[in-house]
Amino acid sequence: MCAMTPTRSLSEVWCEAEDVRRSFAYSYSDQIVADIYGNAEQITKHVLSKRGSQRINLDYKIDNLVTSKWLGYPLMILLLVGVLWITIEGANVPSGFLANWLFAFQDQLTVWFQWVGAPAWLHGVLVLGVYRTLAWVVAVMLPPMAIFFPLFTLLEDSGYLPRIAFNLDHIFKKAKACGKQSLTMCMGFGCNAAGVTSCRIIDSPRERLIAILTNNFVPCNGRFPTMIAITSIFIGSAMASYSALINALVISGIILLGVGVTLLVSLLLSMTILKGEPSSLVLELPSYRRPKFGAVIYRSMIDRTLFVLRRAIIVAAPAGAVIWILANVYIGEQSILSTVAHALDPLGQLIGLDGFILMAFILGLPANEIVLPILIMSYLSTGALQDFSSLEELRNILLRNGWTWLTAINIMLFSLLHWPCATTLLTTYKESGSKKWTFLSFLIPTLIGFTACFILTQLVRFIGLV
Amino acid sequence: MILSAEKKSGLWQDHFGISISKDQFSIALAGNPNVGKSTIFNALTGLHQHTGNWPGKTVDNAQGGFVYKQKSFLLVDLPGTYSLLAHTVEEQIARDFLCFACPDVTVVVLDATCLERNLNLALQVFEITPKVIVCLNLMDEAQKKRLMIDVPSLERELGVPVVATAARQGVGLIELQEKILQVALGSLPTTPRQIIYSSEVEKAVKHLLPMVGSLASNALSPRWLALRLLEGDQSFLDSLNNYLGVNPGWEEARCAQ
Repeated sequence: MCAMTPTRSLSEVWCEAEDVRRSFAYSYSDQIVADIYGNAEQITKHVLSKRGSQRINLDYKIDNLVTSKWLGYPLMILLLVGVLWITIEGANVPSGFLANWLFAFQDQLTVWFQWVGAPAWLHGVLVLGVYRTLAWVVAVMLPPMAIFFPLFTLLEDSGYLPRIAFNLDHIFKKAKACGKQSLTMCMGFGCNAAGVTSCRIIDSPRERLIAILTNNFVPCNGRFPTMIAITSIFIGSAMASYSALINALVISGIILLGVGVTLLVSLLLSMTILKGEPSSLVLELPSYRRPKFGAVIYRSMIDRTLFVLRRAIIVAAPAGAVIWILANVYIGEQSILSTVAHALDPLGQLIGLDGFILMAFILGLPANEIVLPILIMSYLSTGALQDFSSLEELRNILLRNGWTWLTAINIMLFSLLHWPCATTLLTTYKESGSKKWTFLSFLIPTLIGFTACFILTQLVRFIGLV
Repeated sequence: MILSAEKKSGLWQDHFGISISKDQFSIALAGNPNVGKSTIFNALTGLHQHTGNWPGKTVDNAQGGFVYKQKSFLLVDLPGTYSLLAHTVEEQIARDFLCFACPDVTVVVLDATCLERNLNLALQVFEITPKVIVCLNLMDEAQKKRLMIDVPSLERELGVPVVATAARQGVGLIELQEKILQVALGSLPTTPRQIIYSSEVEKAVKHLLPMVGSLASNALSPRWLALRLLEGDQSFLDSLNNYLGVNPGWEEARCAQ
């Protein structure tokens, strides 16, 4: 077919073409583009006619509002708080229901295990280990995901996301990064691995690397349900009547902090190892479309919620078994779990956490979704309270393990600012093709997380607030 | 260019990571970003490629199959591009696929609400492959914007079948499948309109044509090759070398710029 021996080599032809190009006063490539446009214009003239133009004006008017200097930012923040508020308010009831139901079923499982005379260790691994961890993942993580994802997909379908990129462009420009980075950050809310992949829309390799390295500062859906659970227990519950709104504000604050850190790190990278000037943002603002609700709910349930939940469960089941075994195998006086946690404790205390929390974050490397379930499991397996069965008691367990409001804030901070999950690291390696950049994407957030929690903790303790 | 089924399946596997069986027709979906390619892709294949109203969602070649009238088709969803001039990675991916994977039919999806800008891409596709169908999508939005497009006369202007669709509502998709089948079987002839360039460009093309013709023989349109040479598009010659093995090691021999 094609691979015939050419009579002239490519380089010969290339040189010939070079001569032709030089002989022309203008640029051939510009002329070619102009000619293509001319042809398209001619065809369009023949086939297109307009009857008024009301809808274009409507899009134009909406755009003038949502990208305006005064309304652009407040509207974005309002949407953020609104979406989180609906998520938190909506997730409350099903979370409690699921927890009650799933833990009632655990008791039933125990009865069955006793009935068939299963050995205690089997019951321990399967029921107290695997099942209980799974129950926590489903109860805590599923409701917020199932509400947040459809809301987010509605925003995505409507065409609002490119407007965010447009609004934020000038800040990103100040950080010497690309305005499209805000789109990749939006994707990061769903999943940081997806966010890293979406960085391909950024053309400049320098800006793409910046976007990849900083994507982790957007809390993914594996992390913000953790934040929601913790703020609900420790902060929102202090003001019962507005708790959901307060929680939404707290989470929004954390997300904005993440955005701030993203910009700061982008700027620092641009000034040091990824030097360069920002390229200009060229982004088409698509016309607004009314989202198709049925399709949105179906797609976000099947494609995202169930997908993410499946991933969490695949990781959580073995993790639950491992935790139970670690908590029940003793070396001398202490279980392996306690030994490890105690070894990590000094470092944890230094940054306002404890050994168990740090261990949960380390074990959560495969998927952030399991950090909180693992933490609860570790506390439960060592403490006296074994028959724990509802969400309300969670607070008591945490308090019994020495938590204060500072611990809660530090966990949220550290959840925002720590190493990316294994999937994200793998994706980063695939996208950057370099171990060096992958390692940096691990190192930068981790260093920032430790530093931020350390400074906050030492400051609060120094002033004597805790 | 025309490839035997065996060669094609090998080339697709090696260069594009796509497995295609011998009795499958290959269909490429090209178009500007955010015109509904992925929606059409999902509607035809029953898959759930991520869709959303922002330009840049599809970053890979997504692929999926469907069966229509007992014939099997493999659909490849190309990344959205505004042109095939290979200024960006996506443009290069889309261009290389159309040039070297030689799909049996290429469906160019156009946004009916901005016809003129979208036609630029269609015209460039016409230069590469004759087996093209134009899918005029988002007709519902064009109607809302009170834009009237004369589809029969667009068909005459372009020389290829034009199917008006509103993919989100599922309108026009059966007709699209029917046209794909007919063009794939060759029962519906297509003679896509070729871009008429200004006289300077045409003159230069004529000058280059004789030597270009021998370069890739029947692999690619010599005229198209000559145009890329005029643009000074080195990336294309690299691709040419990479996919067809025209002249190994030519990079070293490239003359001083």
